Order: sequence, then C-alpha cells, then structure tokens
Amino acid sequence: MKARLRRVAGVACVVAVLVAVAASFAYLAVDFRGLFTAEGLHAMLRFVVEFFPPDVSPAFVRQAGVAMLQTLAVSVLGTLVAMAAGALLALPAAGRLGATAKWGARFALNFLRSMPELVWAALMVLAAGLGPFAGTLALALHTTGVLGRLFAESLENAAPAPEVALRELGAGPVARFVYGTLPQVAPQCVGYTLYRWEMNIRMATIMGVVGAGGLGQMLYFHVSLFQQAQVATVLAAMIVLVVASDVASGRARRAIGAESH
Amino acid sequence: MSDAAVLRPELRDPIGRRRLGWAIAAGVLLWPLLRLSEFHPATLFDPANLHVMASFVAGFLPPSTEHEFLGFLLTATLQTLAMATAGMALAFLVALPLAVAATRSLSIAAVGPARGRWRGQGVRQVVRLVMVLLRSVPEVVWALMFARALGLGPAAGVLALAITYGGMLAKVYAEILESADARPARALLAAGSGRLGALCFGLLPLAAQELVSYTVYRWECAVRAAVVMGFVGAGGLGQLLDQSLKMLSGGEVSSIALVFLALVFLADAISLALRKVLA
Repeated sequence: MKARLRRVAGVACVVAVLVAVAASFAYLAVDFRGLFTAEGLHAMLRFVVEFFPPDVSPAFVRQAGVAMLQTLAVSVLGTLVAMAAGALLALPAAGRLGATAKWGARFALNFLRSMPELVWAALMVLAAGLGPFAGTLALALHTTGVLGRLFAESLENAAPAPEVALRELGAGPVARFVYGTLPQVAPQCVGYTLYRWEMNIRMATIMGVVGAGGLGQMLYFHVSLFQQAQVATVLAAMIVLVVASDVASGRARRAIGAESH
Repeated sequence: MSDAAVLRPELRDPIGRRRLGWAIAAGVLLWPLLRLSEFHPATLFDPANLHVMASFVAGFLPPSTEHEFLGFLLTATLQTLAMATAGMALAFLVALPLAVAATRSLSIAAVGPARGRWRGQGVRQVVRLVMVLLRSVPEVVWALMFARALGLGPAAGVLALAITYGGMLAKVYAEILESADARPARALLAAGSGRLGALCFGLLPLAAQELVSYTVYRWECAVRAAVVMGFVGAGGLGQLLDQSLKMLSGGEVSSIALVFLALVFLADAISLALRKVLA
C-alpha cells in the first residue's frame, strides 16, 4: 500500500513537472523557430563571425589585463571579508550565545543570502559609488550569508567531546573553542571558502554590468557599443580567469583534503 | 600572561615562526589587492553618499502597494519563474547526452578489448572541453549578448540558462554517474548490452536519487539566476528592479525584494518537497 502511494506521488510529481515546463514555454511564448530559420541562423552566424579576430592590440590587452586583476582582487577580498564576517555570525547562529542571538543571526544570514550578488551590487553602487569597491562589498554581503550558514552547520556538527574535556580541565571558553572545536571545523570551513571563491570569481566578472568595475564593466561597455572584437578579447580573459581559478582552487582543496562539489 | 607564555619554551608555538612568516606574506599579497579593488571604506561614510542612501532607504517603508505596480510585479514574477523552468528544461536536454557521452563507466572499451578505444577516449575529451566552454562564461554574459542579438526579452534569458546550466548539469551528472558503483553497468556491457541499456539498468537505479535532487537544487539556483538576468534586459523581476533602482524608488524596491525573498523561500520549499517525494 505504502509503495503504491509512493509510486502515485512520484508519477504525480513527474506530471506536475512536465505541466510546469509546458506552461512556462507557453507563458513566455518564445518563438524559438525563428532561431532555426535560414535567416535566423544567418544572423547568428554573422553575430559569431564578428567576434573574430579579437582585438589583440597591446594597449587593449593591457587594459583587459588590468580589469582581470581587478576582478581577481574583488573576488579575493570579497571572499576574505565574507569569511571573517561569516565566522563572526556563525558563532551565534550555531547557538553558542543563546537562543535569541541564534535566531537573530540566522535571520540576518538568510536575508544576506537570499539577495543575489548583483542586486547587492546595484545597491552598493548607490552606497559607495561606481567602482570595484561596490563590487567587493556586494560579494562580501552575499557570501557572508552563504558562508555563515555553512560555518554554523559545521560548528553544530563538530563533536562536543573535546570541548567537554577541556572544560573539565578548567579551560576558559575561548581556549575551549580554539583548541577543542576550531581544529575540527577549520579544514571544512577553508574548503567551503575556496569553493565559494571559485564561484565568486564568476560573480566578480559580471558584477561590472551594474557598474562595479572589472571585466564585467568593460564587457558591458563594449557590448553596448557593438564592438565585437573587443568583446571577444574580454570574453577570452573571462574564460582564462574562470578556468585558471577552477584549476587552482581544485588543487588547493585537494591539498587540504576537503573534497566537495 | 602573553609574555610569560612566550618566554616559557614548553608553551611556545612550535611552528610559530612559520605561521608568522605566512601572516606577513599574506599581508604583502593583500596590499596590491586592496589597491586594485579601490578598497576605501571611508566612501561609505561620505556625506553625499550617505545622504543618497539614507533618503533611498527611508523610502523603503512602506513597500509600494500601488495597484498598477502590483500588476507589473505579478507578471514579472511569473515571467521569472517561467524563464527559470523553461531554461532548466532546455539545459536538461543539453546536459543529458553530454553527461552520458562523458561517463567513463559506460565505456565499452574499458570492459575488454574492443575497437574504437581511442576514438571513445577522444570523444570523451572533446565532450569535456565542450562542457567547460559552456559553463565558463557566466549566464549573465550570455544573456547580455543574446539580448543584443535576439532583442530584449525572456528568450535571451532562457537560452543563456540553457547553455550555462547545460554545461554545469552535464559536468555534475557525469560526476554523479561516475561515482556510482560501475560494476552493474560493466557487467551489462560485458554481457553484450548497449550503452543505453547499461545506463538505464546499470547506473540509473544507483544514481537516480542524487541526480534528481541535484536537478531540483539547480532549478532553485535558476530562479535566482533568472532574476539577475533581468538586469541585462532579459525581463522578469530583475528588469523591474533595475528600473525601480534607477528611479531611486525605495518603496518599489522593497516590494520587489519582499517578492524575491518569498520566491526564494517558495523555491526552497518546493525543492524540499520534490526531493522528499522522489527520494
């Protein structure tokens, strides 16, 4: 009976998903056939061909290089600030400072997390003016929410025995935490941070679309002017940055033995 | 206490010098980063910026409940959800063949001597490269370019999601399929079954649950991505938010933000329920 109920529920879910997909296409009324007519294909082809050859004049490549470094800096700093702030908020969120602090911290983390980076960036451009600093703040705000929650979960999952033992030996609360719990959660937390950094590089590349500096801002500028050769160079820089960071972060995570996707 | 601890050799940190060295190196590395990202926290407290921000935030309350605006909000929300769902459906269609082609557990040549071993490996490498290319350009960038090529509107967002999420899903699907026990699939292949049979009867029963729950999780991410893509002209909530931000209309921004929070919680709840039923 129970198995049958589960099967019915499963079939109902599949049907619901199919209906949702069909309804979505119907609601959007997107005519994808236009893409596959000779005319549409021709337009796409022309669009792609215009990217070549990319602009490789030394001046432009240097400009793209600086933007790439700026994007890298934004992602690293945003992640570092978020790591610190997330750790600070994770302590109350893991219930170490009482129930009120716990719910307060959880709400703050959820709020930070549920606003996407780009929305934060648009707000931060108002608060801090155009430029990479706004991007750094935006990344830091969103990532604090994500990392804070993950850190809090690790803290909750840490084995309590070492802390209990230290308390019985007379250690103070700071020493108990630093020597009892921190060593248990540190590798995992560093792993999470590296993983987030990898995602933040992607985010940092597009943050500029709302005026927060880096490669994104260059891309938006040249796309708006239909300068496809320059767009191609910026895109290549983005791909290089993302692939390189993927490799670096994967290596680093394997080195500290915290594997996760 | 600290002086005493440093002086007493048994309390000295045995790798203290190395730690100090790393800390200094980190500081040296951090400095150019701070310069490059124009890290000036003082600008936050610049009177002009503070004034703009304060009047903007003051406008947040009460959230706008104007009749006309609520209508816009509803259409934008539906459009965002539809964009995410349609994009995910296309991404799934893109990802499925790529993932199956990239999975090593389904290699016939790995079971025993077979022709086409090098060809199979070559195909897998090419497929992996395609996957990397698809996902290494962020979806907003695709959306930005499609919006220029196809005109503004949700079509750009749907295609952008299909490409980026297709690459991402394919990579993770392949990882999940490869982490499942390969022996049933190998046994089927050795007994002469085709790749598709080995996939359906050897691998999927082991991996289906994880595949489903990852797909549902990705849909959740797609909802968020669909909002963001509105900023570059792909319609939906993002576009509405962009307009309200540009007009510095705090009430509208806070209404949109509330809908947005509700949407995220809703997606969370739906995905939890789906995972429970399909588990």
